[in-house]
Amino acid sequence: MIERPDSVVGSISRNLDGYVGFANLPNQVYRKSVKRGFEFTLMVVGESGLGKSTLINSLFLTDLYSKEYPGPSQRIKKTVQVEQSKVLIKEGGVQLTLTIVDTPGFGDAVDNSNCWQPVINYIDSKFEDFLNAESRVNRRLMPDNRVHCCLYFIAPSGHGLKPLDIEFMKRLHEKVNVIPLIAKADTLTPEECHHFKKQIMKEILEHKIKIYEFPDAEEDEDRKLIKKIKERMPLAVVGSNTVIEVNGKKVRGRQYPWGVAEVENGEHCDFTILRNMLIRTHMQDLKDVTNNVHYENYRSKKLAAVTCNGVDATKTKGQLTKSPLAQMEEERREHVSKMKKMENEMEQVFEMKVKEKKQKLKDSEAELERRHEQMKKNLEAHYKELEEKRRQFEEEKMTWEAQQRVLEQLKLDASKTMEKNKKKGKIF
Amino acid sequence: MAVAVGRKASQSEDLRNLNLSGHVGFDSLPDQLVNKSTTQGFCFNILCVGETGVGKSTLMDTLFNTKFEGDPATHNEPGVRLKARSYELQESNVRLKLTIVDTVGFGDQINKDDSYKPIVEYIDAQFEAYLQEELKIKRSLFNYHDTRIHACLYFIAPTGHSLKSLDLVTMKKLDSKVNIIPIIAKADTIAKNELHKFKSKIMSELVSNGVQIYQFPTDEETVAEINATMSVHLPFAVVGSTEEVKIGNKMAKARQYPWGIVQVENENHCDFVKLREMLIRVNMEDLREQTHSRHYELYRRCKLEEMGFKDTDPDSKPFSLQETYEAKRNEFLGELQKKEEEMRQMFVMRVKEKETELKEAEKELHEKFDRLKKTHQDEKKKLEEKKKEIEEEVSAFNKKKALLQSQAQQAGSQPTKKDKDKKNSSFT
Repeated sequence: MIERPDSVVGSISRNLDGYVGFANLPNQVYRKSVKRGFEFTLMVVGESGLGKSTLINSLFLTDLYSKEYPGPSQRIKKTVQVEQSKVLIKEGGVQLTLTIVDTPGFGDAVDNSNCWQPVINYIDSKFEDFLNAESRVNRRLMPDNRVHCCLYFIAPSGHGLKPLDIEFMKRLHEKVNVIPLIAKADTLTPEECHHFKKQIMKEILEHKIKIYEFPDAEEDEDRKLIKKIKERMPLAVVGSNTVIEVNGKKVRGRQYPWGVAEVENGEHCDFTILRNMLIRTHMQDLKDVTNNVHYENYRSKKLAAVTCNGVDATKTKGQLTKSPLAQMEEERREHVSKMKKMENEMEQVFEMKVKEKKQKLKDSEAELERRHEQMKKNLEAHYKELEEKRRQFEEEKMTWEAQQRVLEQLKLDASKTMEKNKKKGKIF
Repeated sequence: MAVAVGRKASQSEDLRNLNLSGHVGFDSLPDQLVNKSTTQGFCFNILCVGETGVGKSTLMDTLFNTKFEGDPATHNEPGVRLKARSYELQESNVRLKLTIVDTVGFGDQINKDDSYKPIVEYIDAQFEAYLQEELKIKRSLFNYHDTRIHACLYFIAPTGHSLKSLDLVTMKKLDSKVNIIPIIAKADTIAKNELHKFKSKIMSELVSNGVQIYQFPTDEETVAEINATMSVHLPFAVVGSTEEVKIGNKMAKARQYPWGIVQVENENHCDFVKLREMLIRVNMEDLREQTHSRHYELYRRCKLEEMGFKDTDPDSKPFSLQETYEAKRNEFLGELQKKEEEMRQMFVMRVKEKETELKEAEKELHEKFDRLKKTHQDEKKKLEEKKKEIEEEVSAFNKKKALLQSQAQQAGSQPTKKDKDKKNSSFT
């Protein structure tokens, strides 16, 4: 007899009377994760000239985009491309394989219909790769090339979202974590920026676009922080590749005749918030949401399409909770019972027909027997009649013959007497 | 590795190593990961295999500094059964869901041929449950309660000589399914010099029989050293006790004998501390990982291959999961259809057979009656002939009579009217 741990009943709580040591588990996990290294795929989407490459360089404090590796705005082709660059960066013993995916040509044509399609195709192909790798019989360590986050750059018009922005985000929000950013935010005054943000959020709500949401924190102070961040969405960012000296400090910024817009100054723009959120606190969560939500959505849709092929729609709902193999098993069982039923039916019909036929045969046999009997009886009756007749006839014959004999005798006697009488002369 | 299908050529496929000009902050990634794991809670499942009374429950209590449930088992169990219990433990901020699986009745039967079977079945059942979840269309792996066995403590009875054949057989069956950590139970019954010989004997027997026990990992520099030193002491000779005895001015877990006090946590007395160190403090996470990436993958691979799934076709193009499912499904449906056809054919044949049978019977019947009819007709004919005969005789007789009568009349001898009447009357 095998018992499975009864998680329905619930496990029992126990207090420990001394140090056991499994509090060390987090350290073990830490160690192993550092050894494995980390991967992250970041997608940047937006029209050319919005400062995407500069922002990436500022975020990661490295020359990801440079003269040798120009940014998307320098690489515009005739159609929208989706291209990636992989870099390996190390910090504090932690290795990160960072993949930046950009989309040169996005939104830059005169007719931008379907310019999101290559992006969707790219994301789906990464999901498909992962699904296939996960579904192999022989699985090896699977690299996670799925897109974990998409930074969408909104032009700082100050008014609202463009139709292209809305269309893109609507199509992508269920495939990837979308984080909208207001690009080149140093062209907006704080009031304009505030108004712009409100307008954007209003439109996002209107169009039911699901942008990436920060998970609620456990502790109160974190919760307050997150609330503050949420109020500043979408983040208005400024990027810079140059370091300028301001008040004796070296800062990244953009030098204008009227002053320096500092990238890392929280009052100038939301860059710091973006960096902290994207890299320092929520990078892992972005990966988790991609894995647990977006990928699972893709997977279940893909697999439902396969296994529910040819099955009518009324059955599909219940089948989503089963693995395709279990489903095949069930189908097999269903079929076996169907066959049994069919067999029984056919057997019944067969028996019935046979019975019928046999009965008919019996009946006609009986009928024929009957007739035969009747005819026999008839014949016998005739025979008897005939016998009777013959007997009668014989009797008659005999009687008549006897009579004849008697008559003959009488005759003889009579003639004799007559002779006698004649002789005697009495009769003439 | 999974091969992507038709990906657009990327600009830089090679991995560039870049230097950072400042603190980006992704070195917090391991912490982010650890925080997430800690919030979720950890899970660990231990299987204790050993004879009744060898000290399994006591050792668990001692290891985890608490009193787990359970009454001591009797020796009367008819077979081996597995009993699993889950407990919620907490140490500082780390929550651990511990499941202890006990083999009740192990080693008590006279015929122990099948003793290992329930254990193997249990382990496989947990793998199967995980596999089913993983294959579902709508699945939730991230909050799945993992019931797979992460570590198997095999309790060797302290005979002092060698392993029992039951031990070898059981461990051989389990070594490809679970991480086996062999321990010598109730080690306080073995003297020091015997212990060393006993350990060597056990290890050499394991090696010569090809039993693969769990290897403490030596690939990470932080733990390589300690794991290497500890491995030398395998199998750990342990003593368990939940009772405390005053030693010096401290209370310590110990067993009190007339000849001395065996201290559980004294490394000179037994290897309990080593076991705790290896099992819980250093390698718990590795045990879990090995179970998932090695033992579970092996089970999964075998199961899928059993069902006929394979990875590549002769052209070495990897099948996508959908294609495999579809192919399987079509094959499966084809099979079912074939079966249906076969059944139908069988019925058609039977019907034909029966028809011929019945037709035969009908024919026979008709023949029979044809014969009867013939016989009947023959009889009738005979009857007719006889009738004719009689009639001829009668008419002949009548003629004769008539002739005689007329003769008699002609002859003039007047037979009396009385006789005439007599004659006449006899013919009516």
